[in-house]
Amino acid sequence: MGPGQGICWTIRIENALLWGAPLKATDISNPDYFHKVVDCQWACPAHTPVPEYIRLIAERRYTDAYMINWQSNVFPGILGRTCDRPCEPACRRGRVEDEPVAICRLKRVAADNKTDISARLPKVAPRNGRKVACVGAGPASLTVARDLAPLGYEIHIYDGDKKAGGMIRSQIPRFRLPESVIDEEVGYITGLGPIMHLQQPIDSLKSLLAEGYDAIFVGTGAPRGRDLDLPGRKEAAANIHIGIDWLANVSFEHVKKIGRRVIVLGGGNTAMDCCRTSRRLGGDDVKVIVRSGFEEMKASPWEKEDAMGEDIPILNYLVPKEFTHREGKLTGVSFEKVKAEYDAKGRRKLVPTGEPDQHFECDDVLVAVGQENAFPWIERDIGMEFDKWNMPVVDEVTLQCSIPNVFFGGDAAFGPKNIIWAVAHGHAAAVSIDKHLNGEDVAERPAPNVTIVSQKMGIHEWSYDNDVANDQRYKVAHREKSVALKDVNAEVELGFDQTIGFKEAQRCLNCDVQTVFNAATCIECDACVDICPMDCITFTMNGDEADLRTRLKAPATNATQDIYIGDGLETGRIMAKDEDVCLHCGLCAERCPTGAWDMQKYLIDMTYAGHACRQTA
Amino acid sequence: MTYILKPKLHHPSLPTNALGLTRRDYEGKVSTLCAGCGHDSISSAIISASFELALQPHRLAKMSGIGCSSKTPDYFLGQGHGFNSVHGRMPSVLTGANLANRDLIYLGVSGDGDSASIGLGQFAHSIRRGVNMTYIVENNGVYGLTKGQFSATSDKGSKSKKGVVNSESGIDLVALALQLGATYVARSFSGDKEQLVPLIKGALSHHGPAFIDVISPCVAFNNHAGSTKSFDYVREHNEAVNRLDVILGRAPITATYAPGEVREVTQHDGSVLRLRKLHADYDPTDRIAAANYLQEHHAKGEVVTGLLYLDPDATDLHDRLGTTATPLNALGTDQLTPGSAALAKINAGLR
Repeated sequence: MGPGQGICWTIRIENALLWGAPLKATDISNPDYFHKVVDCQWACPAHTPVPEYIRLIAERRYTDAYMINWQSNVFPGILGRTCDRPCEPACRRGRVEDEPVAICRLKRVAADNKTDISARLPKVAPRNGRKVACVGAGPASLTVARDLAPLGYEIHIYDGDKKAGGMIRSQIPRFRLPESVIDEEVGYITGLGPIMHLQQPIDSLKSLLAEGYDAIFVGTGAPRGRDLDLPGRKEAAANIHIGIDWLANVSFEHVKKIGRRVIVLGGGNTAMDCCRTSRRLGGDDVKVIVRSGFEEMKASPWEKEDAMGEDIPILNYLVPKEFTHREGKLTGVSFEKVKAEYDAKGRRKLVPTGEPDQHFECDDVLVAVGQENAFPWIERDIGMEFDKWNMPVVDEVTLQCSIPNVFFGGDAAFGPKNIIWAVAHGHAAAVSIDKHLNGEDVAERPAPNVTIVSQKMGIHEWSYDNDVANDQRYKVAHREKSVALKDVNAEVELGFDQTIGFKEAQRCLNCDVQTVFNAATCIECDACVDICPMDCITFTMNGDEADLRTRLKAPATNATQDIYIGDGLETGRIMAKDEDVCLHCGLCAERCPTGAWDMQKYLIDMTYAGHACRQTA
Repeated sequence: MTYILKPKLHHPSLPTNALGLTRRDYEGKVSTLCAGCGHDSISSAIISASFELALQPHRLAKMSGIGCSSKTPDYFLGQGHGFNSVHGRMPSVLTGANLANRDLIYLGVSGDGDSASIGLGQFAHSIRRGVNMTYIVENNGVYGLTKGQFSATSDKGSKSKKGVVNSESGIDLVALALQLGATYVARSFSGDKEQLVPLIKGALSHHGPAFIDVISPCVAFNNHAGSTKSFDYVREHNEAVNRLDVILGRAPITATYAPGEVREVTQHDGSVLRLRKLHADYDPTDRIAAANYLQEHHAKGEVVTGLLYLDPDATDLHDRLGTTATPLNALGTDQLTPGSAALAKINAGLR
């Protein structure tokens, strides 16, 4: 018998019939492979290196942690309070125990505890002679300015409001985001020297183009709140308000109170902001009423929880039919009761239950049923291509429209999303503008910058804390409800203190410290297989992926997670590691007698505008 | 060894057995052996076997002597009973424990030094007495704790890490166990759990002296070219005579086998040992043929593994001595000290 025909030949016979196309060894030189393993970073539109800053928080290096965030997502203090958190449902911790790491709140810990960062802000290069106009002073435009101003671009930011910040300032209630935080983080960007044209709304793109800017970025958001054209809308207009407009009026202190009984229509985060704001402006009987089921509401689960915690019931499966009124004054809203039915393709339809309509009395209604882009200020004869929904055609990667030097970002690009998407668009548009104005093809996108460092310090020592904490997710302290409800400016969430911040940071699994396998030095002793607490590692015969996934030590049922394949072993088997629930504890590498496993940190940084993004640096 | 404890978190789909326990519940403390030690794989195999048999951890007694192998009972079944005895004396302590409480399952874990050198006599007598036990020797052919001298099981002609050739004959514990009357004799390899786990399950459910010689490479001192106990050597020279499945609760045969390919043996406790033949001429119930087969193949440098001998009608020490069915430690005072009248009766019977 030759090498490799000993222990596994029966396995080979058993599986011979099952073999499909065998898997190839994983190409770990492709930065996307390990980037995907860092689920939080992969899920973040701005690809913030989350585990890296969480480790810094655990080391109490808050300023360093803040700067990593600032580089990547521009508004750490704002996002640490308001982000939609696409990272948290993706967090691996949520797959190995009950709840993900409180990533968003840790970001706030960095922001709350940092020291003065002014010396760390980028130095502004001498002007390079290029002028870029940003329309709107919201998160997307500010990101473009943050990325381009230090390179020497002359940035002009136009906005109709008195202060920069866009929807961050106008639509997010102060009890979720204090104005001081907005002032600080917007201030870091205005401090880089963009020329601010506030209270100067742009009403013609044609004339802006004529002003000779080298590039124009449109970051005007989705400023138009949808209305509900139902019977009684006109008659009762005095007490029916569009949600985002009303929130802006509260933010700018034009509105200071609301009726005692309030109905909020809509199930998104704007609806949650409207109902909670109402509770603070005199509403003591506030209800949210939604068409769909409670579970399908667009609002983030934690925002729904916070609303219900403030005694706001959420009623579902009620479709508004009519605003009732008497003598020109709103008296309530009547609703048709519906239920969800699913067709063969799983599509949901709301069908009437046939029960009598339900009427709720109220003094005011807030309509928060969505918002949309509006470009009345863009002339249709300037050569810009519009789609069938009358929206500009924008490339999803480059954010360029059909006029080569005009770019879109944030809600203005593809409709309402959120702040972190606006930031991601801002970065991408800044890269496009920088490349375009340097005569490069904007479609050639820069690869991320990857730094690979082994974490091995000694036989059993690693330069990261590999001991997995068993703690459950920590709860954040809230201001006492009776106090919070009295003041629309009193922040409700108090944030983690440093002690809890440390403990929560320790829950992070360090998914960016990767298990890297070298088949050439493996002696197939099984030590890694035996020690792995999650049964991730299997040595077996190769096969097609569907078959292999069923033959692993623990079945790999999460198809969104890759199987890491190492081949070239003595016995002819492969090493197959299911990335799904790996704790990155490094025990495989500690138990490996030959160093075939190593724990290596793959720090993946996006490439921003500047020399690094250009081919002719 | 590792500095951190194995995390408590486990795979979300980790199965439970009939007792509602997971495999992780059968683990022990973190191993302090060298990284990659074959002994850790054997501990893992014992954990899997105990889990699959749904053994109650507190019904198992882990007995050992001295050496790397004898440390390992600390690394599995943390809720079991344990006795770490004097060097080479595990078989006597196990025999005594078994006589005092026949209700426990006895697992002796020893090494080639503990059983083939200082404890060779103890090993031999516990087997020939027929103690109901599973006796595992974690055989690496080297004295690892004292930095790599040849042990008594090193093959003549094999090389040490420094290149010295062994000039002494090696002891084959499997051959000894066969000769001394073990009723379940197996050999396996720490790097082949597919083979090892069922063999341990079969041994734990066997009524009588069950002996398993597990070749367990020492990655620090005996895993080099020229060694006959290295991963590479054993993989290249492994001759498995059969594959064992231990069937609990009479599961029917679902796969189809050629006539004569499968042999089933029902044990005392009702478990069924299903043997798939890999060598057509090998008969695991013929002790003399097994001994011959081993000798022939050993001479060719091959390592014969699998379930090498099985006596389905095995008896144990208690059966032969006719001891009471109640464990001695459960007998009441009136049975243990029946009083002067009973003594007088015995004395009268001897006059």
